[in-house]
Amino acid sequence: MKKAKWVVPTIYIIFLMLPIYWLLNMSFKTTTEIINTYTLWPQEFTLDNYKKIFTDSTWYTGYLNSIYYVVMNTVISVAAALPAAYAFSRYKFLGDKHLFFWLLTNRMAPPAVFALPFFQFYSSVNLFDTHVAVALSHCLFNIPLAVWILEGFMSSVPKELDETAYVDGYSFWRFFFKIFIPTITAGIGITMFFCFMFSWVELLLAKTLTAVAAKPIAATMTRTASTSGYELGLLAAAGSLTIIPGAIVIYFVRNYIAKGFALGRV
Amino acid sequence: MNKTINQKAWFFVIPVFVLVAFNAIIPLMTVVNYAFQETFGNNVFMWEGTRWFKQIMLSERFHASLGRQFLFTFIILFIQIPLGIAIALTMPKEGIGVPVCLVLMSMPLLIPWNVVGAMWNIFALPDIGFLGHSLNALGFDYNFTQQIGDAWFTTILMDVWHWTSLVVLLSYAGLRSIQPAYYQAAEIDGASRWAIFTKIELPKMKKVLTIAILLRFMDSFMIYTEPFVLTGGGPGNATAFLSIDLVKMALGQFDLGPAAAMSLIYFFIVLLVCWVFYTLMMRNEEKS
Repeated sequence: MKKAKWVVPTIYIIFLMLPIYWLLNMSFKTTTEIINTYTLWPQEFTLDNYKKIFTDSTWYTGYLNSIYYVVMNTVISVAAALPAAYAFSRYKFLGDKHLFFWLLTNRMAPPAVFALPFFQFYSSVNLFDTHVAVALSHCLFNIPLAVWILEGFMSSVPKELDETAYVDGYSFWRFFFKIFIPTITAGIGITMFFCFMFSWVELLLAKTLTAVAAKPIAATMTRTASTSGYELGLLAAAGSLTIIPGAIVIYFVRNYIAKGFALGRV
Repeated sequence: MNKTINQKAWFFVIPVFVLVAFNAIIPLMTVVNYAFQETFGNNVFMWEGTRWFKQIMLSERFHASLGRQFLFTFIILFIQIPLGIAIALTMPKEGIGVPVCLVLMSMPLLIPWNVVGAMWNIFALPDIGFLGHSLNALGFDYNFTQQIGDAWFTTILMDVWHWTSLVVLLSYAGLRSIQPAYYQAAEIDGASRWAIFTKIELPKMKKVLTIAILLRFMDSFMIYTEPFVLTGGGPGNATAFLSIDLVKMALGQFDLGPAAAMSLIYFFIVLLVCWVFYTLMMRNEEKS
């Protein structure tokens, strides 16, 4: 019985890894091999596809652009969400429940609905094709999510902690930064993970709001695929490289995921 | 937790309110503007009243894409939720297996959505893709770019691949929060595995499962990039879900009025379903 338990997760993980393996497999093949033969692993192993990406600036700046706006968005979202989540978890105030639901509705809004107005709006305030524009537009769904997750974590911290600190003569901000934030690091870790994740994977808004200067890697990929023929190997290599930042982030938060989930609302 | 009444708490909420309002209210008003008027560019608008709404509500194209959307969302919820729970139940609870499973299972969640689409495209190509080639070698006549059934099969399989892990992670977190005492009590009572599941684990997972269903509903209802890259909405319009159809109408044909009206109806449907979920969730929370 105990051994049989391993079967389900193992099969599931194999199912998850197969398409990723196939992408890697393609990225190490030459174009002729991809087109002419069906092979389970590269027969003529080549790194040319990767070489092209690391030497061609239209490719590698795409990565830098993406990382730039994703980090910016994560910092803005968490910084703004921390005090708000504290307010929602500790205080009652006029319209709090409505405000919370209104925030959540923005997480529900389909980006396709907002694509065109966003383009017009950010153009009219002269932010079109900047990293700031993408970072700000991703706040639309990341801030509500951050508030939602952080509020769960903060509510699981007993209120006595606040009261004791005030009795000990802490000012509010000193308490908030010295005591409260260290208590919920796991929650902040999880929140940053989710903000990073949703900003990194989103393409529709990022693509709509950029042209050249801030173009994300994902958009570079779709445009290459449509303009310069179907260079599958190059596409596969670029795709494989987009998995790496995510994998690094997961590795760092792996302990938080298990621990953090159980502590907070989720 | 009993909260104190403090109107000054609004000051804490202001940054969030400003940032989200900046992004939500102004663009939404633009949509409303387009939905009730006809425009020929140059900021010239003519009042159209509810004409676009009537046109959309009566159009067969909208009914078809709405139908496809509900069918798709229903199918993936039906597969992902039970599958996610089953995998979470069989995952190791301690040791090296925990981080290994968590890291590997989270991988699909962090891949950009168009890469997911491109990856599945390459994976499912009938001639050089592993999935397509294997299915054809096994004697199935599989071609997702030409046959409607195959296109649906591939899109659903892709979504299951992409998102089941989210359900797994949430269910796993819910399971981990159950005190060992519950299991010990169940063992003393001689409860069956099924009884433990339905009487202890499922009720304890209710909260996280609601979140999982809510998130999966919202995200599958606004799915755009992955099917767009995989099938482009085809063959024909067979996999053109609401967002794909909407973008086609707004940016492809530049029918701004009908597209804006469709956006508002679309948003309203999502809002309605989520409001029902949210109310139920809050009621549950107050009870417990």
